[in-house]
Amino acid sequence: MNFRTFAAFVGPSVFMMLLFIAFPLVSVFKQSFYVTQPIYETVEVETCTPGFLTQTCVTEEKSIPKLDDDGEIITQTQFVGLESYRNVLEPERTWRAISEGSWSVLSTINFWKALRFTLTFTLITLPLVIGFGLAIAIVINNAAQAIRGPVIFVSLLPFIITPVIGALSINWLFRGDGILTAMLEWWLNRDIALFAQAWTIELLMMLYRVWHVAPFAAIVFYAGLQTVNQDSLESAVIDGASRWQRLKYIVIPHLMPLIIFVSMIHLMDAYRVFEEIVGFSSQGYVISLQWLTYDFLVPDQAGNRSISRASASAMLTMVGIVILLIAPLRRTWRDHKGGH
Amino acid sequence: MSSRALRQPLGLRLTSNVFLAFWCLVAAFPIFWITVMSFKSPVDAFDGNALNVIFGPATLETGKGISFLDILMGIAVLWVTARLATKTLPEMVKSYTRPGQAWFGWIIGGLVLVLGFLLAFFVVLPAVLNVLNPLFGPLGRDVMGLTTEHYKTVWVDRGFSNNFKNSLIVTAGVVTVSLTVGTLAGYGLARSGSTLAFWILIVALVFRALPHSVLVAGYLPVFINSAEWLRPILGENAPTLYGKPFAVIAVLVAINQPFTIWMLRSFFQNIPAELDEAARVDGCNHFQAFRRVIMPVMWPGVITTGLFSFLLAYNDFLVTSLLLDAQNQTMVPAIAGMFNRETTTTDQVVAVAAAVSITAPLFFLVMIFQRQIVSGLTAGAVKG
Repeated sequence: MNFRTFAAFVGPSVFMMLLFIAFPLVSVFKQSFYVTQPIYETVEVETCTPGFLTQTCVTEEKSIPKLDDDGEIITQTQFVGLESYRNVLEPERTWRAISEGSWSVLSTINFWKALRFTLTFTLITLPLVIGFGLAIAIVINNAAQAIRGPVIFVSLLPFIITPVIGALSINWLFRGDGILTAMLEWWLNRDIALFAQAWTIELLMMLYRVWHVAPFAAIVFYAGLQTVNQDSLESAVIDGASRWQRLKYIVIPHLMPLIIFVSMIHLMDAYRVFEEIVGFSSQGYVISLQWLTYDFLVPDQAGNRSISRASASAMLTMVGIVILLIAPLRRTWRDHKGGH
Repeated sequence: MSSRALRQPLGLRLTSNVFLAFWCLVAAFPIFWITVMSFKSPVDAFDGNALNVIFGPATLETGKGISFLDILMGIAVLWVTARLATKTLPEMVKSYTRPGQAWFGWIIGGLVLVLGFLLAFFVVLPAVLNVLNPLFGPLGRDVMGLTTEHYKTVWVDRGFSNNFKNSLIVTAGVVTVSLTVGTLAGYGLARSGSTLAFWILIVALVFRALPHSVLVAGYLPVFINSAEWLRPILGENAPTLYGKPFAVIAVLVAINQPFTIWMLRSFFQNIPAELDEAARVDGCNHFQAFRRVIMPVMWPGVITTGLFSFLLAYNDFLVTSLLLDAQNQTMVPAIAGMFNRETTTTDQVVAVAAAVSITAPLFFLVMIFQRQIVSGLTAGAVKG
C-alpha cells in the first residue's frame, strides 16, 4: 500500500485525533500557565442613608469588574507561570506537613488526598480483579456446556452496566438501612453506618470496581483457557502433577500474556477512577485525581470555572499516566524492532 | 485416557459449582434488586426486611398490587414473546426476505414484535385483567404490591423522555461517525506494515490512557468562546459549540477513536490479505477492493466495534455532563443531578426508577448481542 492510499484511509481518523485529542492536550498545557480574570477597577462609592438633621454618608472604595460597551465583563488573560500548579499542590503546606510527618495535615490538601486514594484504589483492585477473573474463568470452564451461555450472559451484566448506575445500585443496597447493611447488622449484631467514614466508602468503591471489571477479566481468561495445550496437561498428569501444580506451571504461564493485557487495561482505567465518586456521592470524604479536575471545571456558585487550575491538575494527573505507560511502551517498541 | 485421568473428585466439582452459583448471584443481584425497588412505594423499597421489599405490603395497602392471575398472565405474555422472538421471527425473516436483505427483514420484524409486545403487555393485558380479576375470586385478589407511578414521575413529570431523546441522538451520531472513520483507518492500518502505521497505533494507545477530564479541560474554554473565534470563518451565525450535541458527538468519536481503530485493525487482520490481493490482481484499486471484497465480509467485526462505541457514548458521564447544557442533557448526567438533589425517599425511588430505565436497554443489548460482545472482548486480547 503506497503512502497516498494509506493517508486516504487513515487520514480522517488521524485528523480527528489530532484535532480533539492532541490539540486540547497542547492547549491544556498552555492554559495551565495563564489565568483569565475579569479586570477590576477601584471606584469610590459614597453611600448616604437618611439620618436625623444631616444625612449619614460613608465613602468607601469598592472594586468592581469593568464592563465594556455591551455591558459584558472585560476579561484579560495573564501569564502567571507556575502559580496554578502552586495553587493545586500548595508546596508550603505540603513541606510543613511532611517535615512534621503528619499525614492528617497532608490529607487536607485536595491533590495529595486525591493522589493517595487513586493509587490505593488502583493497586488494591488490580490483584483482586485478576484473582476473581481467573477464578470465575476457571469455574465457567469447569461447568457443563449447557449452562455456560446463561452464566456468561449473567456475568456480562455488571460489565456492561453504566458505571454511574452500577455504583448507584451498589450504593442503594448499602445506603442507610439498605438491604445489605441490614443483613450485616443482623449478622454482626451491631449498628453499622457505612457512609459515615472514609474507609468504608473506599471499601465499597473497590467492591464495586471489582464487581464491574472482574467479568471482563473472566471472559478474556476464559477465551484463553480454550487454547491451553491439552497434551501438556496430559503429560503433566502422567508425571504425577497435582491439580494445583498443573494450574501453576501450565495454565497460568499460558495465560500470562492475557494477564498482562488485562492488568494494563485495568491500571489505565482504575487510574481514571471517577464515576464511583459520583455514584457514591463521596466527595465529602474521598476524591480521586480525575474528580479533582472535574470539580475545577464545574462552575462554582458565581458561575466561574477555574480552567487554569483544572489544567494544572490535569497536567499533574498526566504524569502518572506517563509513568504507567513507560514499561508497556518499551516492550511494544522492543517487539516491533524484533519483528523486523 | 484424558477423560478418566482428568475427571475431578466430587468435592472439587461441588466447590466449583457453588462458587459459580455464588458469582452469578453477586453479578445479578444489585441489578435485580434495584428493579424490584423501583416498583415499590418508598416505605417498602428501603425496608430492611428483604421479604417486605419483594412483597411490598405498604404498596399493597395503597391499593396498588397485582394478583396471581396478573402474574400468570404476565408470564404467559412474556413467554409467548420470547418464543416468537427466538423461533417464529427467524423463520419468517428467512422465508419472506431475499438472501442479501435479511437485515431489513430483521429490522421490520423486530419493530413489529416490540410494538406488538408493548401493546399487548401495557394496553390489552390490563384491560382484560380488569374484567377477569373480579370473576376469579381469591385468585384475582392482589397479593403483591407493585406500582409503576415512579416510572410515570420520571418519564412524564421529570422530562426524562427529553433526556432519552438526547441520549439517542448522541449515541446514534457517535456510532455512525466513529464506525465510518474507524473502519477506513482500521483497514488501512491492518494492511500497511509501515513504521508510520506502527507509530499511529502507539500514539493511539497513549491517547486511550488519557483521563477524559484532561481533554475536557482543553475543550471547555474553546467551546464556550467558539462564537468569537469562529466569526471570521463562519460569519455572524457562528455557533457556540458549548451545549451542542454535535460538538459532543465529535468529541466522543475522537475519544473513542483509539479504541476503535485498535479493535477494527485486529478484526481486519483476521480477514486474509489474499482476498484483497486477488481483487487487486483482477484490476481493482485499493478503494474498490475495500468496497467490493472487504465490506461484505467485515460486518461481524464492525457490529462488535459498534456495540462498544454505543456503550461508550451511552455510558458516558464526564464529557456529556460538562459539555452539554441542561436542555440537551443525556440520561446519565440527568440522573446524577436527580440523585444529588434528592431530599425525600420518594425522590430516591424515582431516581431508582430512572436508573432501571437507563439499564433496561443495556440488558436487551447483552441478550441480543452476547456473542458479539464476547468476541469483541477477546479480539484484542487473544491475538495480542
